[in-house]
Amino acid sequence: MLASLLTVALIVGGAALLSWPLGRFMAALFSGRYAKADILFARIAGSSKDQDWKAYSVALLVFNAVMFAFVFALLSLQHLLPLNPDGQGPASIHLIFNTTASFVTNTNLQHYSGESTWSYLAQLAGLMWLQFVSAATGIAALAALARGIAGHPSMGNFFIDLQRAAFCVLLPIALVVALSLAASGVPMTLEGAAQVTTLEGAAQTIARGPAAAFVAIKQLGTNGGGFFGPNSTHPFENPTLWANFIEMFAIIIIPMACVWMFGRMIGRIRHAGAIFGVMAALLLVKITAVIAFEATPSQAFADLPIEQNVGNLEGKELRLGATTGPLWAAITTSTSNGSVGAMHDSLNPLAGLVPMAGMWLNETFGGVGVGMINMFLYIIVAVFVAGMMVGRTPEYLGHRIEGREMRLAVLALISHPVLILGGTALFAATSWGVDTLANSGAHGFSEILYEFSSSAANNGSGFEGLGDNTAPWNWATGIVMLIGRYLPILVPLAIVGSLMAKRRSAESAGTLSVEGNTFGIMLLITILIFGALTFFPAAALGPIAEHVTLMR
Amino acid sequence: MNHILPSLRLWIATLLICVLAYGAVVLGFAQTVAPFQANGSIIVQDGRPIGSRLIAQNFTQDRYFWPRPSAADYNGMGAMGSNLSPTSDKLKQRAAETVSRYAAAQDDPIPADLVAASGGGLDPHISLAGARYQAGRVAAARGLPVRSVEAVIDRLAFAPGGAFAPDRIVNVLELNMALDKLGR
Repeated sequence: MLASLLTVALIVGGAALLSWPLGRFMAALFSGRYAKADILFARIAGSSKDQDWKAYSVALLVFNAVMFAFVFALLSLQHLLPLNPDGQGPASIHLIFNTTASFVTNTNLQHYSGESTWSYLAQLAGLMWLQFVSAATGIAALAALARGIAGHPSMGNFFIDLQRAAFCVLLPIALVVALSLAASGVPMTLEGAAQVTTLEGAAQTIARGPAAAFVAIKQLGTNGGGFFGPNSTHPFENPTLWANFIEMFAIIIIPMACVWMFGRMIGRIRHAGAIFGVMAALLLVKITAVIAFEATPSQAFADLPIEQNVGNLEGKELRLGATTGPLWAAITTSTSNGSVGAMHDSLNPLAGLVPMAGMWLNETFGGVGVGMINMFLYIIVAVFVAGMMVGRTPEYLGHRIEGREMRLAVLALISHPVLILGGTALFAATSWGVDTLANSGAHGFSEILYEFSSSAANNGSGFEGLGDNTAPWNWATGIVMLIGRYLPILVPLAIVGSLMAKRRSAESAGTLSVEGNTFGIMLLITILIFGALTFFPAAALGPIAEHVTLMR
Repeated sequence: MNHILPSLRLWIATLLICVLAYGAVVLGFAQTVAPFQANGSIIVQDGRPIGSRLIAQNFTQDRYFWPRPSAADYNGMGAMGSNLSPTSDKLKQRAAETVSRYAAAQDDPIPADLVAASGGGLDPHISLAGARYQAGRVAAARGLPVRSVEAVIDRLAFAPGGAFAPDRIVNVLELNMALDKLGR
């Protein structure tokens, strides 16, 4: 109990404290405070022209298309290229499509095990590169959104923003994290697998590789794709409790800082404080719930002569302590990271519901950049509903919210449950999903529901019992990830583009304040009603049904 | 399309800086500062690599401490968890098999970590309780007094994170190597 409290306080509290100076730095960076760097970036890009929302969006899409094309080609040709000491062969076309889509969209859903699928070159120049640039894409989009809301005449230049995010935010922090991880025991080598003969004389082949560099940016950019199959439960990705703390910290620091960056760029830090408060409250509720549910010992051991004085240990690593598995589960799914520090499929049913809820809401800090953008959509809806309730013209920071903005916001918000529930229904009803389950009954349904939630939320974690490296799963989740990425980035940019075109009114005493408790509670209720009402029936069929019928 | 050229230039620049330079710095640092860990913490005994300090290997003989169950069957190239739900019958069956392997009984229940498979299937540790639970078997097989086996366990057991994770654990490979050094 004490250890749990200390751990949560250290990770969440510590990250919250450090997010403040980082947010300030990021706001300064994206406001052009570092002119020398910007001149260099302009020279590298050969472009520094101001862009309106359409040009910015097109630039974002073109660069993301280049990302997709390059990595798709690299993964397809890996068996012909160097840095392949373990002789990985060609992968199937649908797995290559799925993996490329997954890493381009910052999802990092993995239908493969890295150590037995990709060469070191594919992992480093393909997947790790995407972990940098896809995260930078998200942060850039947030900077553009903030500029629009702040009333700037243009949204900035995507190519400059991407370099600011990649070179000035992600790279230096990733370097610190990677060096710390290397010092604490994460391998970093280009040698192939090690051959050993065990004490009992058996042969064991041990996969290794350049993991330290990979794991650092995987955590930091809310990417989540592991170097090895079982992600950060693998002792090489997460060798000590201290490494584990660094990794959990790295998951959440930039998503938290993005809120402060947004607040500073729009010049409304108290508004950011209210948003941060709502996000933190939801996160703490989820953390408390998952740790409490996971303290229940495994039902499977109940009638056997097994000491049940610890919580559920299936799928957990002893060196990482009792708390960090469930804590990680809450953090990684609140932030769209998707790395795991314990196997989510083996969580107690209600504990397994918490990560799903995190992905359904998808903005309790959320992915780097995009978490705050998702929250912007909820803010638009909350402000609109609040305005209607008190009979005033809905305004957000002096911008009038009208039919067009609302239609767009609802379109983006509705796409999330449509992708998740539609996909789940299709796969639960057909052999595409049913034939791939590891667990039967309600838990099997949860595996399908989790997979689509993870894809649509660009999270990437999984109930990994699912045999998901099949053509239907690879194509379907690949498409869901692409829609789930670009729609919620482009639609908010379009909304702000539409707001920018209108005359901005001055805020008066009659304007609904977006600071303080009233706004915070309104926002919280909007999120809960949207999330709870849309997903409750699916939750009832999966984890809740499993808990009620099978747990004693 | 005036966005294509800048995109291609950024492609090159980010590849050079975020992959080549970043990777080289981390690689150079790791290989200089922590070469043992950087290459997988491979333990060499009498000139032969016998395993990784961080990766569980299978032990089946009575004279060795046994690791936690592994859904990957201790395959260092195919790490994985069981992914079974606590409500799963398969998990119950597997647990029953483990219990009978240890001949655990109601008056002498087995610590849960020896029955629960780890997340990656390669957890190199067992709990202090899990080690003590096996001490009698190991001591008998080696013809050693239980006391001296327990002394080795106590010497090697450590709390992985001080106040943050106070429950002590033992590295199975190190424990078994220490026993081999003890003799018999």
